Amino acid sequence: MMRLIIMLATLLASTGALAHKPSDSYLTLNADAKTLTGQWDIALRDLDYAIGLDINDDGDITWAELRVRKQAIHAYAFTRLQLSANQQRCSITPGDLLVDEHSDGHYAVLLFQASCPTQAKQFALVYSLFFDFDSQHRGLLTLATGGRTATHIFSPEQDHYGFKRYAEVSPWQSMLNFAHEGMWHIWVGFDHILFLLSLLLPSALIREHSSWRLKTGYASIFKDVLAVVTSFTLAHSITLSLTALHVIALPARWVESAIAASVVLAALNNIYPFLANHRAWFAFGFGLIHGMGIAGVLLDMGLPDNQRFISLLGFNLGVEAGQLAVVALALPAIACLSRQPSYPARIMKLGSAGIAMIAAFWFLQRALDLPLNILELL
Amino acid sequence: MKAAVVILCILNSLTGNLAMAQPYYPESDDEVIETLPPRGKSWFEIKLLRIKVKSSPAALQPVLDLASRYIELGRAESDPRYFGYAEAVLAPWLKSGQVHPEVLTLRATLHQNRHEFTPALAYLDKALALQPRLGQAWLTRALILEVQGNYAAALKSCLPLLKLASALVSQVCIASTQSLTGQIDSAYQQLMLALPAAQSEPLQNRQWAMVALAEIAERKGDSKAAEQHYRQALKLDRNGYLLAAYADFLLDRARYREVTELLRNETRADTLLLRLTLAEQALQLPTAQAHIVALAARFAASRMRGDTVHQGDEARFLLHLAHAPEQALKLAQANWGIQREPRDARIILEAADALDCPEQIQPTLNFLAQAKLQDVRLQPLVDRLSRSSS
Repeated sequence: MMRLIIMLATLLASTGALAHKPSDSYLTLNADAKTLTGQWDIALRDLDYAIGLDINDDGDITWAELRVRKQAIHAYAFTRLQLSANQQRCSITPGDLLVDEHSDGHYAVLLFQASCPTQAKQFALVYSLFFDFDSQHRGLLTLATGGRTATHIFSPEQDHYGFKRYAEVSPWQSMLNFAHEGMWHIWVGFDHILFLLSLLLPSALIREHSSWRLKTGYASIFKDVLAVVTSFTLAHSITLSLTALHVIALPARWVESAIAASVVLAALNNIYPFLANHRAWFAFGFGLIHGMGIAGVLLDMGLPDNQRFISLLGFNLGVEAGQLAVVALALPAIACLSRQPSYPARIMKLGSAGIAMIAAFWFLQRALDLPLNILELL
Repeated sequence: MKAAVVILCILNSLTGNLAMAQPYYPESDDEVIETLPPRGKSWFEIKLLRIKVKSSPAALQPVLDLASRYIELGRAESDPRYFGYAEAVLAPWLKSGQVHPEVLTLRATLHQNRHEFTPALAYLDKALALQPRLGQAWLTRALILEVQGNYAAALKSCLPLLKLASALVSQVCIASTQSLTGQIDSAYQQLMLALPAAQSEPLQNRQWAMVALAEIAERKGDSKAAEQHYRQALKLDRNGYLLAAYADFLLDRARYREVTELLRNETRADTLLLRLTLAEQALQLPTAQAHIVALAARFAASRMRGDTVHQGDEARFLLHLAHAPEQALKLAQANWGIQREPRDARIILEAADALDCPEQIQPTLNFLAQAKLQDVRLQPLVDRLSRSSS
């Protein structure tokens, strides 16, 4: 968000409408494992007021006038920004001086590098630029470290900011972290498991002439399960990725209600079969909706800017692994129980009815936004 | 968040025309990279005062003069940087044990500028406790209370001005308060009588009286008189408040060409750029789009530094230019919690009308009914919303 605003603020050059606004400076700090670099945008008008830039006093500041004052600007600015690591002062080395335009005019862009004790993790910034003559001046800090971004507003009342340096997480580590999140999310998100279970319950059976018949041989059971699980996976991977990358966005309430409805339908399909032998298609269609639901947690977590795809892949793989674990546990039980003559009529129907009831409750709760908890009623 | 989406949409629709800004090295030494604000004779005076303050930091008068010059300049140019300078000049004088009532009054004025009314009133009360004959403090106090919709207290704060200020100043203070409490006709007549008798008054005071008359006439529905007062005031001097009020008058009468004419060179102040852009949108001028982007960025930048001064204008922006009525209503309501002038009521009513949800603004409707506020611009909205809520 902050980045978007800064982007917008720097964009205005082209609109030709310069603003009157209170004074701000924009300080960006990148702290990775080894180096600390920064960019500091300070309004030329403020610098002129503080140390004088308009040497010939004609009301215009030329590039030459700014350039000759480079040393003075550095000396002025960097004595008003103190960086310390583990309570020891870091030394700041000024770099190039450039120019940029913000909403209220042109700014001097000061690039710099800081050297701090190498092992230090705990940092502190003290900011005092212009506070002596402008109480409404603010220093707007954007700090990027280890793939995260933090912001802070420096004011005369709040001139300190403490932060930690995070090591850049390796892509592999990032993928593992997200895989773990994905797996965990599938296990605690009962609706996805119940949907899958409902589709798996009849996997050892085949529907013929309005009655269930036991399949012969494990190969056909396996093929059936493989088709259902693959379709479901394929479908929800597509929408999960598209949602996480902000390509599509549907209201959460709508998605969550549709997911609950899909569980009801999947369970009812076992009691009043209407798609008994085409459950793979069923899994694909509703898998698209489940994907958007699963993506919700990812949207909340936020993908790290520089490792979006690897994190997304990790999360997807985690979801699959979690799902396969559920299948691995449920399938032997289903295959075994299916051999009971009473399975289609009793066990499967009762189980499905139970699932349908829970899911119907979820549906009402989500669609009508009721503040009820199913666990309290069970 | 939705505001961000709106901004993004606007941005998306424009990325075609806009090149991303990047830090750069200017091409030649002679390239002018910044033009400083024009500095008239007041700037020379300020320079001298700065030197005086620096050389004799214990003297109060140069401090008061310098802060006042900054405030005047900030108002004349609609440039908030000068208010920050004034605040810094006063800061050391507020830390010392014995605080001067005039320092407190100026500090309160700066809070008032930023719509921070609670600390402003606290400073004024403190100043008046030290020095009850401080006309400026009573006046600022009255103006704040009026903006807050506390009309009885505002009127009480105007009364000491009958002894402490000129006849015109006290008359404007009293009349503008009374005009909001169901006595609009008599308030107008009184002020009409007071103005011709005050030819020796400073220009700013006479102009202030004219703008007050224009606004009262506008609320009464007397367009002709209102226009006359606005034009009379414009002849004396241009200032941000007057331009904004007159531009609103013209916008209401769909005289968009005159608005673009009036505000063509006034793109620096957000309040004026907003009105210019509204006119440009109505005329379907190509500049409207770029100005909408500029406004979105300015409001975003102001929010980034934690400012809420522009909530009323931003609500108008969201409703009429960004077409986000829900967001607009939310902001208009937050603004209503701080200030309650007719224009603040209007944006709430307009947003609620666009959303067709009168129940959310019942407190505002109640307030307007209770205050007996007369305003022909608000009445149709009030009627419609009251009808559909009952």
